[in-house]
Amino acid sequence: MKDRIIGGYDNFVLPFMAGVIFLGAYLLIGFVRILYNIPSGDRKKLLISLITPKTILKNIRDIICDCLIHVKIFKRKALLGYMHASIAFGWFMLILLGHIEVALFVPERNGILYYPVFYRYFVAEQHHTIRGGFFFFLMDFFLLMVLSGITLAIIKRFRSIIFGMKRTTKPSLADRIGLYALWSIFPLRLLAEGFTAGISGGGFLTNSIHYVFASFFGNDLNILPTWWAYSIALGLFFFAMPFSRYMHIVTETVLILFRNAGLKVTKPRKGFAEAEIYSCPGCGLCIDACPMNVLKKNVKYSSVYFIRFLRRHNTRKINEIAQKCLMCGKCSSICPVSIDSCGIRQAQRETITNILPYDYGFLKKPGLYPVPQPDCSTDPGKEKVLYFAGCMTHLTPAIIKAMTGIFDAAGTDYYFADENGGLCCGRPLMLAGKTRAAREVIEANTKMIMDSGCNTMILNCPICLKIFREEYSLKGIRILHHSEYIEELIQKKRINVKKNNMSYVYHDPCELGRGCGIYEPPRNIIKMLGELKKAGKERKESICCGGSLGSITLNYHDRNKITEDSLDSLIINNPENIVTACPLCYKTFGNMAEIPVMDLAQAVNKNIIKNKQI
Amino acid sequence: MIDFGYTLNPSSRINLDNFDRNKFEKLSKSEPDVLLCIGCGSCTASCTAGKYTDTSLRKAILSILDCNEKAAVDFAASCLLCGKCTLVCPRSINTRNLLLSITKIYGKKQ
Repeated sequence: MKDRIIGGYDNFVLPFMAGVIFLGAYLLIGFVRILYNIPSGDRKKLLISLITPKTILKNIRDIICDCLIHVKIFKRKALLGYMHASIAFGWFMLILLGHIEVALFVPERNGILYYPVFYRYFVAEQHHTIRGGFFFFLMDFFLLMVLSGITLAIIKRFRSIIFGMKRTTKPSLADRIGLYALWSIFPLRLLAEGFTAGISGGGFLTNSIHYVFASFFGNDLNILPTWWAYSIALGLFFFAMPFSRYMHIVTETVLILFRNAGLKVTKPRKGFAEAEIYSCPGCGLCIDACPMNVLKKNVKYSSVYFIRFLRRHNTRKINEIAQKCLMCGKCSSICPVSIDSCGIRQAQRETITNILPYDYGFLKKPGLYPVPQPDCSTDPGKEKVLYFAGCMTHLTPAIIKAMTGIFDAAGTDYYFADENGGLCCGRPLMLAGKTRAAREVIEANTKMIMDSGCNTMILNCPICLKIFREEYSLKGIRILHHSEYIEELIQKKRINVKKNNMSYVYHDPCELGRGCGIYEPPRNIIKMLGELKKAGKERKESICCGGSLGSITLNYHDRNKITEDSLDSLIINNPENIVTACPLCYKTFGNMAEIPVMDLAQAVNKNIIKNKQI
Repeated sequence: MIDFGYTLNPSSRINLDNFDRNKFEKLSKSEPDVLLCIGCGSCTASCTAGKYTDTSLRKAILSILDCNEKAAVDFAASCLLCGKCTLVCPRSINTRNLLLSITKIYGKKQ
């Protein structure tokens, strides 16, 4: 093993070095900018998380699982996962092994950036010694892995449906440059190492290439041009990276550190949001996921294009997309990088609507809510239930009737907070970006709830549930969705239900499933009532009913199309009833479905066995 | 003022010269559904905030057409954006965006 080139330098490393230095400088400036723009409290959180052993372990695990092996994509579609993992993991191993080789065999060259990359050119080695052969084999093996990934990537460009994607992202100019550079890097590396294999040795792949080409190419003459081409492809890729989607290769690791430190989006384009924007790999999984895309004209509203416009500071487009989105959260839930695009949209909406005038003076008026006298006589351990129906449930009195029926059957002593009309929970204001106004509503509601002296709060509406759990500070009060409460009642045998021979399909409301992570309780209850049939898309991937309060500008016609699409997915297995757990979904589906739609409370109330004492 | 024991109603005269066509065109571009309103009042009847204040989308739209921009903003000021009016509207007007657009175009920024 010896240095083949005295001085360990050749001019062909220049394009690569220029690219690396440019990229390094760009990343450094970007990183400092992000740190500068996050609130100081968050900076402290980040620092603490970086020295906490638990978060360190989580960081390492997440970086390996998400950035290298792409576990999330594997779970979705194995072939697509392999394509991403082979390129990421293979390339990582090539870099790592290159550095190990330098450290082991030519330690005097440690720290020279280009040396591990062009190791085969600079160092001659014997492939029949064990340690030489070992590394030759590994390097060729991982090169083969990357090449297989690149082949799949090229196939995907032309026929993405093989990989389970109906639509894929239209690359921008910088994306294209990066893409073609990436495609050419590894074949060029194979050729370069193949031509050099006669001098520097090679493994099963590079040696074979050498033998194949030796007779008619005169390999020695091709050595330098191919190494030049390899270096230029790398340099080009690094120059294109900051302007293309390939930036995610580096920024994703930073994003994982930020996310595990518990940082949240505060500004739409700066700080944490900027880390998210640059971490978008532009894979386009969100295009197929977006419920709005049943209409072809709406493809541009997908998160991947939203983020692209954010990168370009195209304010008009950014505002248009931010206002259009249903905020169902499906794109975030299937995103391999878990980019919280709804959070960015909400922050963007704040820039438009938070400055608008409003007048909530009426919230301060005394006697807004009829607050009951706190019942001090009973023991503190007793369940004191506050039932908050919410605005939407008041438009569907059937649900209220069913709920009161269940309360009566269970013998629950409850207080109906907004029986004669209450306030909104504040979530719709939050979603529209009027956070300042929402805080005032939250304050008024909190006062009412704390005054009532309850210790359990039951909500019908998942929209309310999400904000009550996340934004309200209600110490000592259990906040339950009615599906969780009913499940508890059945488990404690406070109510009994009979099983009938009907079949049901359950629709996961966005805010309940993806928003609050409640998937099982409603399903468990339905299984006790009858047969539960599967929907086409369910749980994490359930399609929004189209009625979502998240969208501000989506019109009735477009919403109807989404409702139709969602219904089609629900009735795919011919159920007899559709059950949902959200008054808004209930109302939206109720207008259009051909089979009966009911809320979970109604389904339970219908099958309740009354007078169980007798 | 001497109290004569009777009052006069404020003038309900509508001066169409005050109608700001540019603003209205901006509004109907921002939310075209404003042209669909038939003034039935379902939105007001179902309004959450309407129970406590005189918030009314119907009156807000009428006030704009009657050239009283300030009244229109006042009628929309206490809206909680809860979305009940969207669901009850017989013309399926996208009421939330309409209310936001009215405050955005006719209201003064805070």
